[in-house]
Amino acid sequence: MKINNLGYLIKEGFHGIFLHGFMSFAAICVTIACLLIVGSFSIIAYNLDVMVEKLNQTSEIMVYIDSSLSDAEARSVGTKINQLDNVQNSVFVTREEALEKFVNDHDNNAAFNGVQAQDLRHRYVVTLEDNTLMKQTDNQLKSIPGVAKTNAAYELAEGFTTIQNVLNIASIALIAMLLVISLLIISNTIKLAMYDRRDEIAIMKMVGATNSFIRLPFIVEGFTLGMIGAILAFGLEWVLYDALVERINSVDALRLFEFVPFTGDLMVPMLITFGAAGLFVGIVGSWTSIRKFMDV
Amino acid sequence: MIEFTDVVKSYGHGSPALNGVSMQIEDGEFCFLVGPSGSGKSTIIKLISGELRPTSGTVHVNGYNLERIRKREIPYLRRTTGVVFQDFRLIAKMSVYDNVAFAMRVIGAKEREIRDRVPYVLELVGLENKAKRLPGEMSGGEQQRLAIARALVNNPSTIIADEPTGNLDPARSFEIMSLLQEINNLGTTILVVTHEKDLVQLFSKRVIVIDDGIVVSDGEGYYDED
Repeated sequence: MKINNLGYLIKEGFHGIFLHGFMSFAAICVTIACLLIVGSFSIIAYNLDVMVEKLNQTSEIMVYIDSSLSDAEARSVGTKINQLDNVQNSVFVTREEALEKFVNDHDNNAAFNGVQAQDLRHRYVVTLEDNTLMKQTDNQLKSIPGVAKTNAAYELAEGFTTIQNVLNIASIALIAMLLVISLLIISNTIKLAMYDRRDEIAIMKMVGATNSFIRLPFIVEGFTLGMIGAILAFGLEWVLYDALVERINSVDALRLFEFVPFTGDLMVPMLITFGAAGLFVGIVGSWTSIRKFMDV
Repeated sequence: MIEFTDVVKSYGHGSPALNGVSMQIEDGEFCFLVGPSGSGKSTIIKLISGELRPTSGTVHVNGYNLERIRKREIPYLRRTTGVVFQDFRLIAKMSVYDNVAFAMRVIGAKEREIRDRVPYVLELVGLENKAKRLPGEMSGGEQQRLAIARALVNNPSTIIADEPTGNLDPARSFEIMSLLQEINNLGTTILVVTHEKDLVQLFSKRVIVIDDGIVVSDGEGYYDED
């Protein structure tokens, strides 16, 4: 293909979008609708994942130190705790602090006046890197010399992990299904657009246009339509998400839910995914559908 | 030059569409191809344009051997022949000018060549004042002249007209035939596939008659349907 034709071919691709306005409009609308559905679902799944993850992060292991150990010895156990792979951090709480907190938590109830700090143990509050390994880490903590007892809520942690796993699998399956359905709908729309122009393609073949010359404007057109759809869908997703989050946050009872801001972790992956999907759908859609009309 | 030698073309089962056709059309000739429906005329056109390949025998068109032609050479073969159809096959959304320019653009012509060539061809077919019209705004005769302009614009050595007057009244048909005659006078080979006996006899050219996949007569001026 001669390079001086490239400009014409690209121009022709853009021209085609306007010449076949209605089909272009339909293809863009379908792309936007499909991407919005897939995108919204992904955002919801991601937010749920983050929320569950946050809840799970609150699970901790309480490590009680043998009361026969001196204060200095009790503090030295902390280094051994911190050496464990799965320990994210550990906070040393003296028996005095523990008593004070306990009494405070019970509104300084006089009933506890007789309790002595000596009756309690020094302790570490241990948070983990990975809560799914809570049981193993708990066993390792128990085997550290000087540790008298531990208190870990495996079941709660395991429950959260299960919820997270189920959510992940369900959302991946649903997103994959939605993506395949969207691809089919979009490529069919492009196919319809091509069908609308089969005469044009037949005439091009008749006067001796080469296959690549016939194909390129359609590819440019598919690419452009896919990109326009992706960019509009991205913008809409952003606006809708922000509006929804603002609405939810304005209701006090729903403050409990903390949403990931769009401009934070969501924007870049969303832009890349939408862009790639638009590109893929546009180019692959037009490529595969034009093949049918090429054998003239 | 178009040369068929013992060409057989069968579409799978049943009797072949062409059953040993041999003919030769020299450069610069004006030739009618006539015969009843289903006699094999369309198959001949499809063989010339590279849409089909012969089952056996050889087809040579303007220097290409269609038995051995590679798929990517077919567009270049098609540039040597312009085709005109009964149903015109124009692009309804494009103006007269753009319909003709389109044929040049899609084979990669430069915009300057297009600006020079299209008005010349439109003048040749008498549509110079209708360049901005859409095909739908013109009569059948004018649409066919536009189709001829498009077939001519890339300067092919041969024009094949498949029932070019099938949709036109006798007066328009005569005009179209006269136009093809003019184009022939400029040196282009013309092959007209037609049913219209009156026109064939009026123009008194070479007539190849085909029936049941074989050439039943090949001679000057006149043919007898029986």
